[in-house]
Amino acid sequence: MIVAERKPFDEIKELIQGYKKVLVVGCGTCVAVCLTGGEKEVGVLSAELKLVNKTASDPASFGEATVQRQCDFEFLDELKDIVGEYDALLSMACGAGIQFLAERYPEIPVLPAVDTVFIGVNKDVGWYEERCKACGSCALGMTGGICPVTMCAKSLFNGPCGGTNQESCEINKDQPCAWRMIYERLAKQGRLDNIIKICPPNDWRNQKPQTLIQPGYEERKTAVE
Amino acid sequence: MKSGSNLEKILTAGHFAFTGELGPPRGSNIEAIRKKAAPLKGMVDAVNITDNQTAVVRMSSWAASLFAISEGLEPNYQMVCRDRNRLAMQGDILGAYAHGIRNMLCLSGDHQQFGDHPQSKGVFDIDSTQLINMVKTMRDEGTFLNGQEIDEPPKMFIGAAANPFAEPFEWRVYRLAKKVQAGADFVQTQCVFNMEKMREWVKRANDMGLTDKVYILAGVTPMKSLGMARYMKAKVPGMDVPDYIIDRLKGVDKKNQADEGIKIACEQIDEFKEMKGVAGVHLMAIEWEQKVPEIAERAGVLPRPQV
Repeated sequence: MIVAERKPFDEIKELIQGYKKVLVVGCGTCVAVCLTGGEKEVGVLSAELKLVNKTASDPASFGEATVQRQCDFEFLDELKDIVGEYDALLSMACGAGIQFLAERYPEIPVLPAVDTVFIGVNKDVGWYEERCKACGSCALGMTGGICPVTMCAKSLFNGPCGGTNQESCEINKDQPCAWRMIYERLAKQGRLDNIIKICPPNDWRNQKPQTLIQPGYEERKTAVE
Repeated sequence: MKSGSNLEKILTAGHFAFTGELGPPRGSNIEAIRKKAAPLKGMVDAVNITDNQTAVVRMSSWAASLFAISEGLEPNYQMVCRDRNRLAMQGDILGAYAHGIRNMLCLSGDHQQFGDHPQSKGVFDIDSTQLINMVKTMRDEGTFLNGQEIDEPPKMFIGAAANPFAEPFEWRVYRLAKKVQAGADFVQTQCVFNMEKMREWVKRANDMGLTDKVYILAGVTPMKSLGMARYMKAKVPGMDVPDYIIDRLKGVDKKNQADEGIKIACEQIDEFKEMKGVAGVHLMAIEWEQKVPEIAERAGVLPRPQV
């Protein structure tokens, strides 16, 4: 899932300063799972904003709405009858959802209430860890299912580097060295041959905006355009 | 000759190589470079010019390398993967060669989090092994990484780093093998303090036939004090300082600790001279360049051979 964390409250206040009617818009998918931007968090944020506005000389008012996915026009359409009442939308979706909300309602300012931080996994309730950088050229087949781009702080393809600190990464004792893990897993599986070969430079496909059209959907795209 | 550098000539002639290190200044102060360069002149075969070492901004390594040349030293131009992508790297290599730089040391680089701009974006477009291979391709194939022809290819003597002490130890010699396969002509190791582990690593490199293909220069750093030894043991990533080094420095009077540190370094150099598979020593006298002549003298590596 995509993991986000709420921006500091003061930064949110600063972003919405000057807007008198703000709709806080949640997303019911990834950011709801990571307890950042779902219906519950929309309620909490708007309650906090209402509270500080109580004492303001010229208070703003806040509405709440949560759609199932902000990265899908079909769900964003649900807001079409209410957005006209607001002079700003404060989105709690990931960066993709925020942009799609802004694209769907281009006449209204859309502001982010969260910082999107990574593509990750649910280690436990409230505990998420990054696992993928969406580089566009997956190396997991070579590296025993451990991503060298994400899990190595230097994204090395022929690691480990010389900074390995006992079993940890040089950046942090609590961060295991990715290449030690890769080595150990491949050794256990009898697949060290995978990393004895030199891995050539990566094709960084994530350096420009990406589009994917599944086979069979090309005509549909043309029709929509 | 691959590059015709002095270091290459020394090593191919079978001499025991002795290289030094010079960290560029944190400013445009040429005098600072001259001051550090002066004691190294005639004492070393080449001098490593570090590239934003410990991720702290300094004068660029190619520019400081040119000053090293004008001061009569042969630079070993260091390049890290942290600060530039494959375009910038290849461009810098062309310029460095055109200006007379003939040795290069290809490194990953310390993570930017350690340095003076911890918020910066690390590049790491390619890694050190891929960099080695890129420099070799430029030299031997005369092409850029993309296969296109170079108008006058740069002919570098290619260096790599190795840390024989970091985990997983079993894999370290294979990583050396990968760098050799990628095109490393010489290797400079991390500072050696744990001699047992070093002997074992060199033995494995010998057994795999790697030392027939690459010149290994053992990294030696004299300890200036007990405090420095303790700091390196506790704080510097990838450093293996055994307790017996700490105990030896502890065993002498504080004012004699620096001398004891040099004594330890000289004993190491003596052992490396005899160690099969070791072709030289890389002396990293950290912010202690003025002591290099004394260390070189006491280690018996003077005069440096003229080749």
